[in-house]
Amino acid sequence: MFKKHILTTPEVSSLQRQKLRAAFWFLAPMLLVLFCVAAWPLLRSIYFSFTNTSLTNLYGGEWVGFKNYLTWKTFSSGRTIYSGTLADPAWWNAVWNTVRFAVVSVSLETIIGLMVALVLNAEFKGRGLVRAAILIPWAIPTIVSAKMWAWMFNDQFGIINDMLLSVGLIDHKIAWTANIDTAMLSVLIVDIWKTTPFMALLCLAGLQMIPRDMYESAKIDGVHPIKVFFQVTLPLVKPALMVAVIFRTLDALRMFDLVYVLTPNSKATKTMSIISRENLIEFDKFAYGSAQSTLLFAIIALFVALYIWLGKLDLSGEKS
Amino acid sequence: MKNPWKFINPSLLSISIVASAINFAQAAEVVLVSGAVGKDIEVLKEVVKPWEKSTGNKLTVFPMPASTTDQFGQYRLWLAAGNADIDVYQTDVIWAPQLANNFVDLTPYTRDIVDQHFPSIIESQTTNGKLIALPIFTDAPALFYRKDLLKKYNKTVPNTWEELTETAKYIQTKEREAGNPDMWGFVWQGNAYEGLTCDALEWVKSFGGGQIVEADGTISINNPKAVEALKMAKSWIGDISPAGVLAYQEEDARGVWQTGNAVFMRNWPYAYALGNSEESAIKDKFGAAPLPSGTSPNKSAATLGGWNVAVSKYSKHKEASISLVKYLASEEVQKYRALHSSNLPTIISLYDDKDIKEQQPIIAQWKDVFLHAVPRPSAPTKIKYNEVSSKFFSAVHSTLAGSGSAEENLELLEYELETLKGNNW
Repeated sequence: MFKKHILTTPEVSSLQRQKLRAAFWFLAPMLLVLFCVAAWPLLRSIYFSFTNTSLTNLYGGEWVGFKNYLTWKTFSSGRTIYSGTLADPAWWNAVWNTVRFAVVSVSLETIIGLMVALVLNAEFKGRGLVRAAILIPWAIPTIVSAKMWAWMFNDQFGIINDMLLSVGLIDHKIAWTANIDTAMLSVLIVDIWKTTPFMALLCLAGLQMIPRDMYESAKIDGVHPIKVFFQVTLPLVKPALMVAVIFRTLDALRMFDLVYVLTPNSKATKTMSIISRENLIEFDKFAYGSAQSTLLFAIIALFVALYIWLGKLDLSGEKS
Repeated sequence: MKNPWKFINPSLLSISIVASAINFAQAAEVVLVSGAVGKDIEVLKEVVKPWEKSTGNKLTVFPMPASTTDQFGQYRLWLAAGNADIDVYQTDVIWAPQLANNFVDLTPYTRDIVDQHFPSIIESQTTNGKLIALPIFTDAPALFYRKDLLKKYNKTVPNTWEELTETAKYIQTKEREAGNPDMWGFVWQGNAYEGLTCDALEWVKSFGGGQIVEADGTISINNPKAVEALKMAKSWIGDISPAGVLAYQEEDARGVWQTGNAVFMRNWPYAYALGNSEESAIKDKFGAAPLPSGTSPNKSAATLGGWNVAVSKYSKHKEASISLVKYLASEEVQKYRALHSSNLPTIISLYDDKDIKEQQPIIAQWKDVFLHAVPRPSAPTKIKYNEVSSKFFSAVHSTLAGSGSAEENLELLEYELETLKGNNW
């Protein structure tokens, strides 16, 4: 009776309004910061992509429409020539490289990460120490680890060739980063080495949410451990896993630093971010590079939308 | 600069203001950015001491990665943003036309000294009548060879690329049989970056295949001689040069060379002084000669390199910066650099200097190499040079790595360059 009274009086809804207003003012600084560091640069580079801006003339660009994306010219002979990013083979090569990199690295990182998490979730002596130790690759700045691996991959004095040679797995020194066939493999190895701990950590958090009694009852029922994994663990850890995968996919699609240090300019590993930076800064085609980064943004958005739709992913957390 | 007078008794204020103003004008802190190759940075810090003493200014050196491509990207970004933190930029010989708008015109300050330098180098740093940067040393690559190994196997310094290939192969095989499995015939710079443009331009030019884009702007790269040159280089990979050479820059090649694991190396003269340093495995065991020639004799080609210093238009200490730039380009400093890092002077008279002749014999020898020096096509391609160079080194890199033949890649390159050129560069 008392409760009902409170819920229906107009004073309370005004209190609620007040609360909402307060909440807005508490959020306002953050929204402002987000607008300045995220929305404004994004809108600005989208705007640039429709102009002919160059780095030497940043503020004097003129509107050119979709010229940086796709434009064509038909000659009197009837031959049509397309130009613009969407007709640029270098761009599509980069898209293909990035997507390939993202799919392979994220799948492997998820599988290995989950395996590591399962091990870490078990009770054993010195678990805390191992948990801390496994995070080290993730804690090293990418530039540093990329440089470190570049030396390890060096064909003449790199330790990887030395080790493989001495166990007899290879019979001659391999130029890991220089060779077109192994360049992508090297990048993948370093990325997986670096990011698996992050995946493992997110998976571990998910695993620890699973109530222990589920396993106990499965044990009492005599269910095979492999069946327990697929019937109990996997479905319950899935929401956490899906979020981890989406984080990593976004990360992998905008991949830049590792390639920039490890295999700069190699056609086999050029990603979308690398190629757009190259146009933005090195070639003084600022607008063209902006068009490429806008496309990169669109591709990432598309991937996320597709992923959420396919996985019926519940990002709001309401259902769980 | 803090305001020291803020904390002083008000009665002394006016004096302090004057004092601090004088102080400000006299002691500026000049910031210089430079790539860190070999011992460049150490030498720079050592060499400015007299200047710091006489002017009361202070120099802060901001080291950058060794790759010129990386440096350029960063500099262009800073300059586009009007960065006032950096006063002096050490610039590559090819950058002048691309960065001209961001640097102070040095013409009025250098009328008395420009005549000391090689006219061609001053010309390369002049855009639309403005002197963009002052040269501090010039560069033309050399063929470094192991005196001891050539003598051991009774071979001579190769005059042609063909001889080089044979000699390298021969010594490499013999040395490996003698128990040095890490020995390679020839190391150079094959990474996909500006350095490969230099290396490949030398092959093509020495084979009589032109210089990618000629001085009048015609695209000449797709020709049988250029194809022949690239095929020769392709044949080296995995044979006399390690496959990893496709990821080597200057310092990687020097790493293999200086540990004694290569018979020949193509590199810039800076490697001469470093190779003779105390900790070097090949101290006093090597010599340097002009690069081999292509098919017809006496047609050696060396890509013109070199470094310059330019004053940023956005600098707050222009006066001090200009004085620094003039000092760095002076005879005194160039001589010091020649003696300590075997950098080639741009001041003509230094080539006859007694001390230099005695201590760095390579330099006197190099006066002739400049006769064969070939500029990269940065002048005719103007602001598009970087893209031209990138397309060229990518095509060469693909060829060397075996993705497409030399014919296919050069044909494609020609088409790409035509498209890039449009009606005009």
